[in-house]
Amino acid sequence: MLTNQEVAEALLEKFGDQVFDFEEPFGLLTLSTTREEILSLMEFLRDHKTYQVIFLTDLTGIHFPDVPGKEFMVVYHMHSFIHNFRIRIKVSLSEADLHIPTATGLFASANWMERETFDFFGILFDGHPNLIRILNIEEMDYFPMRKEYAMEDATREDKIDALFGR
Amino acid sequence: MADIELLPHNVPSQAELPELVEELTTLNLGPTHPATHGIFQNILKMDGEKIVSGEQTIGYIHRAFEKIAERRPFYQITTLTDRMNYCSSPINNLGWHMTVEKLLGVEVPKRAQYIRVIMMELARITDHIICNSILGVDTGAFTGFLYVMQKREEVYEIYEEMCGARLTTNMGRLGGMERDLSNTAIRKIHEFIKSFPPVLKELEKLLNRNRIFMDRTINVGSISLERALSYGFTGPNLRAAGLDYDVRVMNPYSSYEDFDFIIPVGQNGDTYDRYMVRNEEMWQSLKIVEQAINNLPEGPYYADAPEYYLPPKQEVYRNMEALIYHFKIVMGEIDAPIGEVYHAVEGGNGELGFYLISDGGRAPYRLHFRRPSFIYYQAYPEMCKGSTLSDAILTMSSLNVIAGELDA
Repeated sequence: MLTNQEVAEALLEKFGDQVFDFEEPFGLLTLSTTREEILSLMEFLRDHKTYQVIFLTDLTGIHFPDVPGKEFMVVYHMHSFIHNFRIRIKVSLSEADLHIPTATGLFASANWMERETFDFFGILFDGHPNLIRILNIEEMDYFPMRKEYAMEDATREDKIDALFGR
Repeated sequence: MADIELLPHNVPSQAELPELVEELTTLNLGPTHPATHGIFQNILKMDGEKIVSGEQTIGYIHRAFEKIAERRPFYQITTLTDRMNYCSSPINNLGWHMTVEKLLGVEVPKRAQYIRVIMMELARITDHIICNSILGVDTGAFTGFLYVMQKREEVYEIYEEMCGARLTTNMGRLGGMERDLSNTAIRKIHEFIKSFPPVLKELEKLLNRNRIFMDRTINVGSISLERALSYGFTGPNLRAAGLDYDVRVMNPYSSYEDFDFIIPVGQNGDTYDRYMVRNEEMWQSLKIVEQAINNLPEGPYYADAPEYYLPPKQEVYRNMEALIYHFKIVMGEIDAPIGEVYHAVEGGNGELGFYLISDGGRAPYRLHFRRPSFIYYQAYPEMCKGSTLSDAILTMSSLNVIAGELDA
């Protein structure tokens, strides 16, 4: 059984200060890295002889408009079936420079998940074979999951948030 | 296929032949083609009957669930999850409740966990009978489909007994179920356990060793285990390729560790293996339902968590505290802790994950659904490359791509 401690120490040894912010929410090892290291980190985990974190479970984005310099975050969930070990890797990006290398070279499944993240947040995955919108129409000129786009029609005045407990 | 030998008198002389231009045909499979079982488009490049390449367009029923969820209190998001995999909506509903319960730290009593297992396994059966019987329809065997539809109807009646709805069930509540199993429901579940095996056996007799069915499905749309893992396959489709990964066993939730069942695996990852894995899974699901209903623990069907679980209506009229809790829950003013949680359940098609980030507000700060269909459907062009159009239809059918889950 692989422990979080063991993997965290191995990653610290290999990547030094390029991996940071270790956490364990609900027992799931969570760490942050930089976009320069994300691919080598995932490759290290995937090709590691004992860890064998071979499965990219999920890839998505988050928008934090109130954190200057780290407005966007890409979150990867990976899974090792041999050890039943999950790991969550986060990469923060600034709004001015939304580039991150694509993981399609490592996992074929990253293709659509990255397209979806681009579609929703406008995060640019460098080297992606086909980075176009996937769920929304191609003519759309904004990225709807960003927090500045409110859900409801902004011109309506009859729906006061306070009255609805929002 | 053997090339047709042209007899000498049929062969025109070289001079008569027009100059041949090699040209691929473009064929639009979908978006509203009945064989796609849902609204998504495949633009296929065809060389005669053979598929050269395919390009998928999805998003026709994208309803922005993740965005809507950011404005809704937790209990109102359940209705969104119904509409993802609508062939097995209780799994979606209960998976979502379990995610929030994990965040809130609510311990669900055993009885509620067992009722959930019963509902989720019945849902898995309805999901798989649709997939397998439709696969039969696509190979030309329409009859089996009608027989098993009747059984799905009986499961839907059990749903009705539990939650009042049939397709979009909105089943369960935070902290338990909305009502206990009624006597009618228990009777119907026992009836189903008795009456389903003969019907499933009949479907097996119709298809499993049927020469035509086997010829149409064996080695059709196969995928190697390595490619399947790279493409993020989970659930029956991954197991058909030969890996016994099942969330119910690897990360047991809702007391799955109490039950005795096996995980069927295939070998070749082809259409026939996917069919057989689903077929065996129905037997295993039935076994789990039987164990759960026979060993149903006594006790409450909801957790002792008044701040999250609605009080009985009579109490609301008489008891001040109950009134306050009722008001707060209905208005979505429950106190959620700050945190992030990933919870996965074994959906009809694979690992259905909920990645929830709470900032302590009434609605999730961000909610992401890991939809299995969305992730594995991207392998489809690779799987049907070089096969005929009719085989490609079978491949799609056996993958059980649900449009609602694909687009969310």
